[in-house]
Amino acid sequence: MPLKLKLHTKPEVPLEADCVCPDRMQSLNMTEIEDLIVFHGNCQVPLKNFFECSGEFDGEIDIEGDLVNVKHIASTMSFGKMTVSGNVGVHIGAAMSGGEIIVEGDASDWVGPEMLGGRITIKGNAGHMVGSGYRGSTMGMQGGEIIVHGNVKNETGHVMRRGLIVVGGDSGDFTGVNMLAGTIIVLGQMGIRAGAGMKRGSIICQTKSELLPTFTRSCDYQPSFLRHYFKHLESLGLIISDSLMNSPFERWCGDSIELNRGEILLYAGK
Amino acid sequence: MSAAMRIVNGKVYDPANNIDGKIKEICIQDGRIVDSVPEDVTVIDAQGMVIMPGGVDIHCHIAGPKVNAARKLQPEDHRHDVHPGTPFTRSGTGGTVPSTFATGYRYATLGYTTAMEAAVTPIGARHTLEEFHDTPVIDKGFYVLLGENIFLQKLLSEKRIEEFDQAVAWWINATKAYTVKLVNPGGDEPWKGKKNSNVSDIDEKTDEGLTPRQIIEAFIKSVDKQGFPHPPHIHCNNLGHSGNYKTTLETMKTAGDMRAHIAHIQFHSYGGELGKDPISKAAEIVEYVDNHPNITCDVGQVMFGKSTIMTADAPLAYVLKGHTKGKWVNADTECESGCGILPFNYQEHIYMHTLQWAIGLEIFLMAKDPWRVILSTDHPNGGSFMNYPKLIKLLMDKAFRHEEMKRVNQRALENCSLRDLDREYTLNEIAIITRAGPARALGLNNKGHLGVGADADITIYDEIDDKEMMFNAPRYVIKSGNTIIGNHEFITDFIGKLLHITPEYDKKIEEVVQPFFESYYSIEFSNYAVDDSYLHDHEIIATGKA
Repeated sequence: MPLKLKLHTKPEVPLEADCVCPDRMQSLNMTEIEDLIVFHGNCQVPLKNFFECSGEFDGEIDIEGDLVNVKHIASTMSFGKMTVSGNVGVHIGAAMSGGEIIVEGDASDWVGPEMLGGRITIKGNAGHMVGSGYRGSTMGMQGGEIIVHGNVKNETGHVMRRGLIVVGGDSGDFTGVNMLAGTIIVLGQMGIRAGAGMKRGSIICQTKSELLPTFTRSCDYQPSFLRHYFKHLESLGLIISDSLMNSPFERWCGDSIELNRGEILLYAGK
Repeated sequence: MSAAMRIVNGKVYDPANNIDGKIKEICIQDGRIVDSVPEDVTVIDAQGMVIMPGGVDIHCHIAGPKVNAARKLQPEDHRHDVHPGTPFTRSGTGGTVPSTFATGYRYATLGYTTAMEAAVTPIGARHTLEEFHDTPVIDKGFYVLLGENIFLQKLLSEKRIEEFDQAVAWWINATKAYTVKLVNPGGDEPWKGKKNSNVSDIDEKTDEGLTPRQIIEAFIKSVDKQGFPHPPHIHCNNLGHSGNYKTTLETMKTAGDMRAHIAHIQFHSYGGELGKDPISKAAEIVEYVDNHPNITCDVGQVMFGKSTIMTADAPLAYVLKGHTKGKWVNADTECESGCGILPFNYQEHIYMHTLQWAIGLEIFLMAKDPWRVILSTDHPNGGSFMNYPKLIKLLMDKAFRHEEMKRVNQRALENCSLRDLDREYTLNEIAIITRAGPARALGLNNKGHLGVGADADITIYDEIDDKEMMFNAPRYVIKSGNTIIGNHEFITDFIGKLLHITPEYDKKIEEVVQPFFESYYSIEFSNYAVDDSYLHDHEIIATGKA
């Protein structure tokens, strides 16, 4: 039976709940879990002031309620499974290294920043800075997968180093800005300036996009690795059309102000 | 006011009073060390412990606009090093450039009670004083950058020496500084005005018709005439370039027999050809310093790991930015100096970095007179001041030094004599290079010793074999008679005082300076000088020749 947390009082100011994480909750009894410290604004209060706890931890945590104002859930998580039935606040899965997070609703900004491994699935939309690095960091996401079924906002995969980000809907501006390596797949449309400053890595988009003048078109081709990726995405519940599965892609390389070793693949089918 | 106190049974190291490890009683009353105190006062039993005066850092960068720019530049540096508050102290952030509060507390946790900010633009003095007010525990002062001052250079080139002296004194008073700082004299102005130009020789003429040597000489003479407690603090030309030891020697020769302080001398002790890998010229530099008692220097040791290059030598920062290819800040271009800041990382496997590390250690180990070769890392340029305990261990523990030498670039070690140096510093010598020496060089008569009348700034360490551990965690730190750290815990907060000088000058000089301000400055003359409301608790150190 999973551990169940139900939000009974909506926090008025952001609640920092980095203790809501399998690593912190394993081997604790119910009283100890209820007494874990969370920051409500600048006050330290026990978890039970906001959450009703039941069940028993067996590697899984289910959270219920509108967690828009709850930050840092599952940061540095390394194993187990967390399911959030509702919306969730910023910094979910920050620097997580393993396990799985499933959010049934929307996520706010900073989904999985500097993530090292594991998987985050957002069934709704996500905000800015998905899988990115914190300001000043030279490296963002370094492994794992982030799957967003809806749309995302700007700077997805900023300084990303490794791993996979999939966006089922549209992405905002600066998709993959300054990325070092890794893969971003956007099944909808990308905003402007995709791949600005990218060194290596791949950005794959299902629709035509206007690219920066520092990207050059090298060829049209049908990379075989894409079929494997798309099959994997289908198994995760995303809808991939047959035409996408079998179509050629325009290969653009850039960003020539950096190493020029990155690629943007744009759907070239009819 | 602090209570009276008596410290008994501790081994006292007080080199200024020739006390080398003697068990001696120290009595404190009203923030000073006294002969005796009544029987019933608080007693600290320092059995098995070492008592030293509080540490004095003669050269560091801890406050002011450029330090703040470095903080803003590196959010990643702070995020991983949070400095939590305690019931007595405030929180902050760490990294190579800690926040103001963390700076004060972290110095205290190393047993340091005085630190001098080494480069502040005159226009940044107000900002620096405000940050000082929020830098707890330690006493502090700053050196004001006057070497790139166009007005002063103009007076010099017109040979108006009398007015030059008066103007220097006016500027010191207007900024509440402790002494004059010269950084790459003559080099910053051409760099700002003309595309990447710089002076490369001490006798090269700038556009003003002046050479760096003339500028240095003028300041040394002026400060000597006026009897500042600390001579001009000089960052020589050509920092970091191969073959720059000649410039350093010439700079020291320029001083003649007048006093001069050469800052972070390690960065100025390189031989070899310009543009090629340097070799060590520590021996030549140390020989000159040893034979000339008018010269003092701090080493500016490089420690491996993260650092932040933060200098008024903007052309140098520009060169380094070309190597790191990362972010940098070029600031203070619009005022009477320059400034460049960039994150840096000293790595063991790199020839240059290992050589820098080795030259610093060579200078320490070769110096015959430790009183004039002072411990510093040019915080945060060579590494954070938090590296001092490790540096002390490198100096005191030969075996540890040789162990560390195995991990560094071996080719670099062949171009210096570090392998042949067997010297180990004693506790007394450490007390000299970290306390008594800098206090004497700064002319702070009440600091760096434990004689009667001295400020009661005292550090008590547990005597342990691992010197890094020992100097990392003093058991007691007493500042102005207040026990700040007791049994390794902060037990009270304290704001130290500002140390500054007020040399006399003729008010008529303002009539000479003012028209220049009205023609060229974007700030009103009447708003320029820092008024006394910016002074918190402060002490004026006497000027004038004894």
